[in-house]
Amino acid sequence: MERYENAFLAACAAVLVIFLCALGYSSVAMGVHLPSRSGMIYCGAGQKLRMVLRKTPPFDHTGVQEIAPGKYQAVVIAKTWAFTPDEIDLPLGAEVRFVATSADVTHGFFIVGTRVNMMLIPGQISEFDYRFTKPGEYLLICHEYCGNLHHTMSGKVVVK
Amino acid sequence: MSTAIVSEPSGFALPQGQLNVIRWNIYFGFAVLAIGVIMGLGQALNYAQVDVVQYYPVVKSYYQGLTIHGVFNALVLTTAFANGFIALTTARGLGRKLNNALLHAAFWTLLIGSLLAACAMFADKASVLYTFYAPLEAHWTFYLGLALVVVSTWITSAAQLVALRGWRKDHPGERVPLLAFMSIATYVMWDIASVGLAVEVVVFLLPWSLGLLPGVDPMLDRTLFWFTGHPIVYFWLLPIYVSWYGLIPKQSGGVLFSDTLTRVAFILFILLVPVGFHHQFVDPGVSQGLKFTVAALTFAIFFPSLMTAFSVMYALEIGGRRRGGSGLVGWFFRIPWSDPSVAAQVLAMIAFLLGGISGLMNASYNMNMEIHNTAFVPGHFHMTIGCAVALSYMGIAYWLIPYLERRELWSPRLARFQAFLYFFGIMIFSHGLMAGGMEGMPRRTDMVHASYGLAAWKIPGIMTGVGGSLMFASAMLFFFILVMTIVAGKRTQPHDLPFSATVQAPATIGWQPRLDQLSYWVLASVVLVIAVYGPFILGHFPPRLTTAGLLYP
Repeated sequence: MERYENAFLAACAAVLVIFLCALGYSSVAMGVHLPSRSGMIYCGAGQKLRMVLRKTPPFDHTGVQEIAPGKYQAVVIAKTWAFTPDEIDLPLGAEVRFVATSADVTHGFFIVGTRVNMMLIPGQISEFDYRFTKPGEYLLICHEYCGNLHHTMSGKVVVK
Repeated sequence: MSTAIVSEPSGFALPQGQLNVIRWNIYFGFAVLAIGVIMGLGQALNYAQVDVVQYYPVVKSYYQGLTIHGVFNALVLTTAFANGFIALTTARGLGRKLNNALLHAAFWTLLIGSLLAACAMFADKASVLYTFYAPLEAHWTFYLGLALVVVSTWITSAAQLVALRGWRKDHPGERVPLLAFMSIATYVMWDIASVGLAVEVVVFLLPWSLGLLPGVDPMLDRTLFWFTGHPIVYFWLLPIYVSWYGLIPKQSGGVLFSDTLTRVAFILFILLVPVGFHHQFVDPGVSQGLKFTVAALTFAIFFPSLMTAFSVMYALEIGGRRRGGSGLVGWFFRIPWSDPSVAAQVLAMIAFLLGGISGLMNASYNMNMEIHNTAFVPGHFHMTIGCAVALSYMGIAYWLIPYLERRELWSPRLARFQAFLYFFGIMIFSHGLMAGGMEGMPRRTDMVHASYGLAAWKIPGIMTGVGGSLMFASAMLFFFILVMTIVAGKRTQPHDLPFSATVQAPATIGWQPRLDQLSYWVLASVVLVIAVYGPFILGHFPPRLTTAGLLYP
């Protein structure tokens, strides 16, 4: 019986290692990256984060900007219970960098039907690169509980 | 061939006073579960666009109900059940009683802590969900109460370790009985894992809620939370593993195969504590390297559960074959399905297979972006905690309550029906949540009042509501059977725990006795924790407590 036991354990270990290699491959070779460290917003004692954001680039100018030919940057601030801006218009097929943060509590930033899925944490900058390949109107929602009107916090991304 | 039993063989019976504390813990746990599932019905129906929470007394919002549901079911019930059940298996495993004063202190600490937290939640002063997520701010009684809940587990752990020390003095050179080893290892794992939550609450949130600190560092606080927030899953699960390894083989007419394999599985849970960052895969402020490292560690901690699948399934197979089952799968139908305690726990194991696989999907690094914070996540963890753990609690209760009350189970047939109803309910419920999650349906959102919604969420939402209602009905049936057993069950003679035997006895020579030296494994675990969390914590030192709170509501 010990033979079966060892064979089972070896097979289990092999499956897990193969899965992990697949994840490594998707990350390194296919470039499917997670949000990572993208900088912080310094807010001194007695200062309000909301006020600091108004003077901190890029959050002093929210909305979509073309930063290079065919490359766009969408800057969004989340605050209970709305995104600023709540509509993001993007051209089809363009490379987009979402840069977002929270002005108060922890929020979520999730564009339904895509893998644009980030947490927005006060004091931290969240960044994610994405390319929309299908035109249409996408639903943007806050998917982290942020107070009693959390379920009204949404926006849209229009791709055409 | 099976001679080595996992417990101390003297037929030791616990003194009645000790059994009483254990009983209070179990009953208190089930009492809060009753409130928790009433809240849960509201959440399940909410996905189906039915608002029953508006008719609930006291509860003012979906999120208040959800907070009560999470705190009661995931924190208070689990702690109460473990404090009671694992105290019993430790004492019986070692064949000596635990320190009575410590067990009483643990119970009262848990009770007072739970009531403090309950007051804050029912007064709607703590609708911050069970994950806290500062800078949402709750009333200080909420934080103090939950800190006391954690302290109660430390007191229980101390009672176990004192008993182990006494046992070792009386039994030099002997192996720690397996039932006691598993029980003590469960709490040792938790002692390490709970430090994150304790620091978050005692050092940051409690003083902050009392106005002693100017703000919080949300990134640091959520990291401390998830340091505990993932291993807490194993604190829920391991008491169930104690039953699956130590008792179910006996209950199903089989034996446990390997003593060593079982001990190694529990040791791996102690070793691989630092996996919490996998709840933060889409967080800013955490490097991709750290995230991938933790993904690998999470895959590693899946391994002892695969070991468990082997051991427990083999034990069941031995039972099924001894009872006349044959063929590749024939044995499965011959395990004693008529015993509600076995039926409930085997169904729980099946749910755990699916729960474990969906958990591996959550933990799969960049795949997490597809499902993070969608309904897929509660779909997953209701199959683990909501079924593998909760249905096993019910299965254990079907022998434990008769054992504690010295009465027969009232209507085993109804109990068996209850277990199957719960299982089918959760399959529909979790399928709904996971299917909705794949379509981007969010979790923790009041869907009835949401300002948005997709057509693709409709049918998954209805399945969630239907499955949740079946689970609710089954849970109510469970409480009914418990009450009837306590008041109307036929009186019986006292009997022992249904603990199992192993095919292979624990070795007393060679390397294996070293497995019992928990201090080695604790040391290794602490080193790994420092390696994974050290750099991150140093990067947040001193903490920048500048984010003011949003006092809730």
